[in-house]
Amino acid sequence: MTTPAPVPLVDLPSGARTVVRQLTGGPVFTGRLAAMGVAVDSPLEVLQNRGRGPVLVLVRDTRIALGRGEAAKILVEKTA
Amino acid sequence: MSAAQREAGREIVVALAGQPNVGKSTIFNLLTGLSQHVGNWPGKTVERKEGTLERDGIRLRVIDLPGTYSLSAHSEEERVARDYILHERPDVIVMIADACALERNLYLLTELLVLPVPVVLGLNMMDLAESEGIEIEPHVLAAALGLPVVPLVAKRAQGIAELLAAALRLAQAPQEFAPARPEIGAPHRAVLERVRALLGARVPPPYHADWVALKLLEGDAEVANLARAWLPAGAWQGIDALLRQHEDAVLDVAGGRYEWIGRMVRAALKRPRLGQVSLTDRLDRVAVHPLWGMALLFAALALVFGLTFWVASPIQVWLDVGVVVPLRDGLRTALAGAPHWLAALLADGVLGGAGLVLTFLPILVVFFAALALLEETGYLARAAYVMDRFMHLLGLHGRSFLPLFLGFGCNVPAVMGARVIESRSARLLTILLAPLVPCSARLAVLAFLVPIFFREHALAVAVLLVLANLVVLAALGVALNHTLFRGEHAAFIMELPLYRAPSPRGIARFVWNNTQAFLRKAGGLILALSALVWALGYFPGADLEHSWLARFGHGLAPLGALLGLDWRMLVALLTSFVAKENAVATLGILYGAGSKAAGLAGTLAAQVAPASALSFLAATMLFIPCVATVAAMRQETGSWRWTLFGVALLLAIALGAAALVYQSCRLLGFGLSHA
Repeated sequence: MTTPAPVPLVDLPSGARTVVRQLTGGPVFTGRLAAMGVAVDSPLEVLQNRGRGPVLVLVRDTRIALGRGEAAKILVEKTA
Repeated sequence: MSAAQREAGREIVVALAGQPNVGKSTIFNLLTGLSQHVGNWPGKTVERKEGTLERDGIRLRVIDLPGTYSLSAHSEEERVARDYILHERPDVIVMIADACALERNLYLLTELLVLPVPVVLGLNMMDLAESEGIEIEPHVLAAALGLPVVPLVAKRAQGIAELLAAALRLAQAPQEFAPARPEIGAPHRAVLERVRALLGARVPPPYHADWVALKLLEGDAEVANLARAWLPAGAWQGIDALLRQHEDAVLDVAGGRYEWIGRMVRAALKRPRLGQVSLTDRLDRVAVHPLWGMALLFAALALVFGLTFWVASPIQVWLDVGVVVPLRDGLRTALAGAPHWLAALLADGVLGGAGLVLTFLPILVVFFAALALLEETGYLARAAYVMDRFMHLLGLHGRSFLPLFLGFGCNVPAVMGARVIESRSARLLTILLAPLVPCSARLAVLAFLVPIFFREHALAVAVLLVLANLVVLAALGVALNHTLFRGEHAAFIMELPLYRAPSPRGIARFVWNNTQAFLRKAGGLILALSALVWALGYFPGADLEHSWLARFGHGLAPLGALLGLDWRMLVALLTSFVAKENAVATLGILYGAGSKAAGLAGTLAAQVAPASALSFLAATMLFIPCVATVAAMRQETGSWRWTLFGVALLLAIALGAAALVYQSCRLLGFGLSHA
């Protein structure tokens, strides 16, 4: 099984289910994300991504709104 | 050991910790009832709540730590919470977790467990978790974690006695506390060991080398600064080089924690009905919908405004007419024999100021109740989410929308509402911008004056003035964002909590605490400033025309010429500092028309050129906020420097805009002669 290169979360459509693979953006940012449930290997569902405005995700039973810039720094597994 | 020493075991200090939105304040209220004291953490704007209770002859002092997702030093709240635990060493920590999002909540536990204080875990909202299809067996979790776990339904006061008993037991026998402890992910375990070895024995109490090493690996800047000071330069360089090599360690620390959490909850957590559509999902279909969400938001705001106008405004009028006026009349009668100035000082200066504070209360009560309702139900975060895109234009996040919008009613709640914004820089920016929202008092002045000068064009002029005001607001937002707050952009990461039924008691307590805090912190300042302005307008000549304020107005004549304003208009601006409505009353007195509206309208139209009137209106709209708003700014920023900066900024903007308006009119030859 090969693992394809991860993609930015911001590129995923509403309804996509995926897994977090990599976080960029420095320790303060990744620390805040981790404390809210977004860490490497966290399963994640995109609840709403309308191409503009914040992205809404469900991760570890928590609904989180992420700015688009923030969502671009979260790399996730590419879904079909 | 602290427990034994604190009054020979008769007093136990309990720190209440937990992530935001877990019902921690409900539990704090249940524990401490009316004994609580609300203040600020020393030198911080973070609220500090403390209360006491008595159990089995032992006094428990409960400290409510700020709700934080973690214990890094990313925010003031997190710093407060962790410094308190490290430096004050409570006897026991009671951590409240939301059973609906157990794993994410336990992240905070992994951070608490590396600190040297025993922890009891309270699982709140067990009922809600069950309805979401989540089953938790507390005793299984307790066995895995090696610490007491108490199930709770705080809104029905279930489990509180058990929680208290567990905390007491642990505080009295801390040596029995031997929990499972999380470990860092395997790839960086050796690095952690090396950092710890390099730290050696140089970590002074109350810090622990283990904890310091872990925080260094997490990239914690505050701990890095401490360690640099503790260590000789060579040793620090060694650590620094190691940390640079392993900057990705922070991901491993977090990943390791969740991996550990996963093992801890495996046996205790079951989801027999996975995939069902919960109440929150169903409500969110409307609330975060780009169209319906916006409609719902405006409906909610209309409701808040409706409540203010139909409930708060009549009470405000009643307080003024039914309480303040009779009091002032009574005082004047009682002081009939005293010198006139004394009666005037007490009746007009002091009671006038007190009346002002009093009449703000109905608005604030309605506002705080609405805010508590929106926050408690979980809706506030949805409103912020829906508006985020638009607020980005001002360099703000969605959370700033609600306070700014409410500023149309009154700027005081707008400034106070900024506390719902987590990031300090965004909060400050919102507080600085809030006074530029045209409040109802200013709109009333506008509505009174514009028709006098612009008759058939009144509506167009009024709309243009309000629009220009909003453009100034937006421009200032963008400007501050690119200068003072440059690079201070906090990432927009916001939890949308599950919807839940609000508790009337919780709302009542929120309203009470905040209204009381406003009276205590802002009331005195409002009173003092309004009495001062009154005195400046009364002495030494016993009327406004011969007062210091008038002399000051005359002295400002050169500035007035630039703005097209004579001394009377300058004085009217100055008195509007107490309350914006005063601008009209002052004009009435100074233009010798009494306060009769019809007489004033005629006099003003005859004596003031339209260009000057436009300049005056522009200045009034943008002028320094009223005393109550200034007092609220002082209360919310906790800093005179920021407050005065905001006031000076608005003063400059108001005078600049007035000069621009008047000089443009002059250049264009518009409205220079009287109508």
